[in-house]
Amino acid sequence: MAEELKRLSILERLGYERIEGFSEERKVGILVSLLALMIVTAAIAISRGVYEISVVDVYTITLAHLSPLGDTSAVSRLYDTIVWELRIPRILLAITVGVALATSGAVFQGCFRNPLVEPYILGVSSGAAFGASLGIVYPQFFLSIQVSAFIFGSVAVALAYLLARTRDETPIVTLILAGVIIGSVFSALVSIMKYISNDSALREIVFWLMGGFYYASWKDVALVSPIVVASFFVLWLLGWKLNILSMGDEEARTLGVSPEKYKFVLISIATLITSLAVSTVGIIAWVGLMMPHAARLLLGPDHRFVIPAAAMLGGTYLIVCDTLARTLTSAEIPVGIITSILGAPYLFYLLRTRGRAIFG
Amino acid sequence: MLQVNDLYFNYGKKPVFEGVSFDVDEGELCGLFGPNGCGKTTLFKCCLKFLKFHRGSVVMNGIDITDHRIENMAKLVAYVPQEHKPPFPYLVKEVVLMGRTPHLRGVFGISRKDKEQALNALEVLEIGHLADQPYNQLSGGQRQMVLMARAIAQDTKIMFLDEPTSALDFSNQIRIWEIMHRVAEEGVTILACSHDPNHVSWFCNKVVVMNRNGIVAEGAPHHVITEQVLDDIYEGVCAVRSVGGTRMVMPRKVAEREVDGISIESRFGMRNSVPAEVELI
Repeated sequence: MAEELKRLSILERLGYERIEGFSEERKVGILVSLLALMIVTAAIAISRGVYEISVVDVYTITLAHLSPLGDTSAVSRLYDTIVWELRIPRILLAITVGVALATSGAVFQGCFRNPLVEPYILGVSSGAAFGASLGIVYPQFFLSIQVSAFIFGSVAVALAYLLARTRDETPIVTLILAGVIIGSVFSALVSIMKYISNDSALREIVFWLMGGFYYASWKDVALVSPIVVASFFVLWLLGWKLNILSMGDEEARTLGVSPEKYKFVLISIATLITSLAVSTVGIIAWVGLMMPHAARLLLGPDHRFVIPAAAMLGGTYLIVCDTLARTLTSAEIPVGIITSILGAPYLFYLLRTRGRAIFG
Repeated sequence: MLQVNDLYFNYGKKPVFEGVSFDVDEGELCGLFGPNGCGKTTLFKCCLKFLKFHRGSVVMNGIDITDHRIENMAKLVAYVPQEHKPPFPYLVKEVVLMGRTPHLRGVFGISRKDKEQALNALEVLEIGHLADQPYNQLSGGQRQMVLMARAIAQDTKIMFLDEPTSALDFSNQIRIWEIMHRVAEEGVTILACSHDPNHVSWFCNKVVVMNRNGIVAEGAPHHVITEQVLDDIYEGVCAVRSVGGTRMVMPRKVAEREVDGISIESRFGMRNSVPAEVELI
């Protein structure tokens, strides 16, 4: 009881006010449990792998690296490298990519007022795929596959946006059509690249398109995670504005939220993190479409809760999928295959059981 | 409070209205009345800056709306659209709380006061029982009531309502008009368009009548809702009678039938004369 009172007074001092009829404690509770779930999943994933390392060793190494006084000389170099240089950055990158795709999925669905939209709708993935294949086929002209994928992914969305813009307005239908057009153009360009590339480059392109965390390193984590985390918080803070936008342009105007301005900001940030994620790990399907649905199922459509919930579910889901990808067989399975195989039945289940509530 | 001066608007080459002018004083409940397709909704959208008009000006609260920023407009004027269905199943209380958006500030934004105002607005409309239902699964009439509650929660000086009673049952229509009347008495300026001549003549302080050529008449309801004006816009469909001292607009055929009926009754001696309360104006 005393605990309960103390907890409440802390919340109130932080500006949280209770009011009858608007209880948000349950939702906050669910968010906290989702965060806990993600952390636990990550902790379990560290100890899984093709190379058997005992759980005790895994956590000894992890804790040794995390504490300032840690000493890793007690464990073998090989174990240390596997846990600290391979598994942990890979898991962190999986979380980052999951957060990026799920958050931008929620944002895109809200902006486009359509629960079937995914972050790739404006052509990021096809643009990035073309950039990556250019980088693979002509390594002499492009500094890195990642940079080239990022640039072309962003260029594709910018083109779609420019195509759709007429007289200071970007109607949603036009924007989606422009995205489809740009996407198909870049897909055709990818096909050309596949056609003219030699066998090894072709194999690399195909693998890239299926997505995977094979090359995850601390460098990737250091580059991508800070941007994704910062963008996530900005998008989260815009959650209420996104609620208003999802009511429609005129509604938003009536309520003092400029639809042009906020849609531009939201779509730009969402595109930035999607493009970063795709350029780092390739095209991973379903996460951006499914996680916002799952979040809405748990917490209702209010984007102040959907965005963080989707992000944490996305992180958890990709850890699970990637752990399966690297442990199911001795060779790696591209993670995009697993996300789709696990994801499709889930969405089918949603459609059949809760279709009306979610899809309107 | 609201002045519309010589407004011109056309969709492409097709003119919607030309040279529309009228004004509404503070605390007035003004009805906008006119046939389908005469540009009432377009006029609303021009006044709310959803559409850019080509000539003329709209002045609200003493300031030309072209000088109002979108955030400030929302603090000044609320809008209840005709029909609206969002894709996500927001709860009714969340939709009403969205009305508080223009007044939110800071990072955490929504305060106890905002939530209380949202719940109060639901109580004003007596739809507190809907608070926890998904808004997009309500009936059209219930959604209209919710949007009305949102406009009240928005707490603005001016309200635009686009056919606020079109989907409501009879008792709710009367309830909404009475609520609008009460809100106007508190000093809010209301412009509501409606297709029911009786409603505008019973409840409004002022009526503006439009047809495809612009404003036909403007002024107090008993000066404006007359057979002459109604003939002008509806071409001989309506008759205006006084029933027990209250003006009624009714279809001319019904009005004539009723008078005949009474005359038959009186001929057979069931009544001595045409009842005093039914008379021709």
